[in-house]
Amino acid sequence: MSAWLTPRNAVNAAIVVALALVPVYAWFVGNAFVLTLSTRIVILALAAVSLNLILGYGGMVSFGHAAYLGVGGYVVGILAKEGVTTGFVQWPLALAVSALFALVVGALCLRTRGVYFIMITLAFSQMIYYIAVGLDRYGADDGLTIYKRSEFAGLINLSNKVAFYYLCLVMLLAAIWLVWRLVNSRFGMAIQGARSNDRRMRAIGFPTFRYRLVCFVIAGTMCGLAGALLANHTDFISPAVMHWTRSGDLIVMVVLGGMGSLFGPLVGAVALLVLEEALSGVTEYWQIIIGPLFLLVVLFARGGIDGLLGGAGAHRG
Amino acid sequence: MADALLQIEDLSKRFGGIVASDAITLDVARGELHAIIGPNGAGKTTLIAQLSGEIAPNTGRIRFDGGDITALPTWRRSGLGLARSFQITSLFLDFSALDNVALAVQAHAGHSFRLWRDARKEPELRQPARAALERVGLGHRADVIVANLSHGEHRQLEIAMALATRPRMLLLDEPMAGMGPEESARLVTLLRELKRELTILLIEHDMEAVFALADRITVLVYGRVIASGAPEAIRGNAEVRKAYLGEQQVVTHA
Repeated sequence: MSAWLTPRNAVNAAIVVALALVPVYAWFVGNAFVLTLSTRIVILALAAVSLNLILGYGGMVSFGHAAYLGVGGYVVGILAKEGVTTGFVQWPLALAVSALFALVVGALCLRTRGVYFIMITLAFSQMIYYIAVGLDRYGADDGLTIYKRSEFAGLINLSNKVAFYYLCLVMLLAAIWLVWRLVNSRFGMAIQGARSNDRRMRAIGFPTFRYRLVCFVIAGTMCGLAGALLANHTDFISPAVMHWTRSGDLIVMVVLGGMGSLFGPLVGAVALLVLEEALSGVTEYWQIIIGPLFLLVVLFARGGIDGLLGGAGAHRG
Repeated sequence: MADALLQIEDLSKRFGGIVASDAITLDVARGELHAIIGPNGAGKTTLIAQLSGEIAPNTGRIRFDGGDITALPTWRRSGLGLARSFQITSLFLDFSALDNVALAVQAHAGHSFRLWRDARKEPELRQPARAALERVGLGHRADVIVANLSHGEHRQLEIAMALATRPRMLLLDEPMAGMGPEESARLVTLLRELKRELTILLIEHDMEAVFALADRITVLVYGRVIASGAPEAIRGNAEVRKAYLGEQQVVTHA
């Protein structure tokens, strides 16, 4: 059996190749919008990949994951406003603050289960949303325009759309690679074991809380990076980025693409955002079409799009 | 008792008005196979859950190898060498049998903050796991996803996982539940081998197995110890016959 030539891998490879060729296509047809849309897809796919790590592999249904998009974005925006435009300070700080926020949220939320976990992660993201609304100096409700993108001492110019796009794509692929290593490591086995049967994990000697917490922090940090990228992409950050509906969008991407599959979140992000774009051109009530579609996936294709590509019992991850 | 590995002193647990454990005092000697029998609802599983740390007792004390473990979390007790199997099968259903046992090995092979190497390719996890599977007779099913194994195989896997933590003492909660006579007989053979190496606390309804294996038997009724002693003594105990064995004999002779 040629283990590598499966429908799943073919589709994944096709998506990656297509994404890599987007700037070429955009240049050929002279359509800059395709590049802008693709950049957005890639950045949100990175956020979805990070959510998949805790949701798909760890069974932690965080309904507040967009908060980290905001945290990462606001760190970049606030520093830019205060005159610190070097990415060598902005980005590490964005990651560090996201990690710290995830540590606090995780330490409290991971003591709960099920619906309580969903609700308390939602509560934390609402809290940070309203904090951002209260930041009068940084635009409050209206948001904060970022007049200068992060600077990397001439190494890369983020104002160059193609360079920025490829940076985002490399980050996304690196994140997928990182998740692949993680979930197959001892750490990943412990995380997946805790999803499958936490009680048994403790009975065989695992202190599961600390592994789940570290996993939660890794995911939050990764999403903080997506936030820093998003702020640079839109030259703007506002509380709307952290709205609970945005957290919902990320969950939809993960579930649509396939929970606990490596490329699922990317597939889901592409599917959702392209559909949204295409349908909103047809009707302003495009959610009426996406809603039932999502329902069908949840009811009849539990593995999402990824699950449709591979047979039952396919090796997860 | 001087050479007790597990000492239970005055252990009580109430759930509302129900007394699930009523001042249980019990010693399990090093190297013995100690069976606990009693009718349904006698509080046997509640006792095991307190020993393994899933339920906290209201009063009383549990000592393991001389140290007080009453307040220790479950995973620490496992680290000390106290392993349990579950009455209702509790496995990682979406993993292969070998993955399940390898996780149990991993739990006792240092911390799991190893984020990079493929855990499925680590011989130090896979080899002991394979050995534990062979031991319970599941070697040929190592790569099957657990959800696709039979009930009897699940029961065997339960024991393999407990063994893979390299315990000093096994707490087995009805390991034969739902097994056919052939599977039960095989398990009795395995337990007979294991009792040479390990101290075992066995909860079991299969009286034939209990009397074939146990060095000592404790009878629990409504959370209280009504008798404890050698199998012959228990068989001859009038109170036990009345409370428990009698019922069964009536049933079997009917």
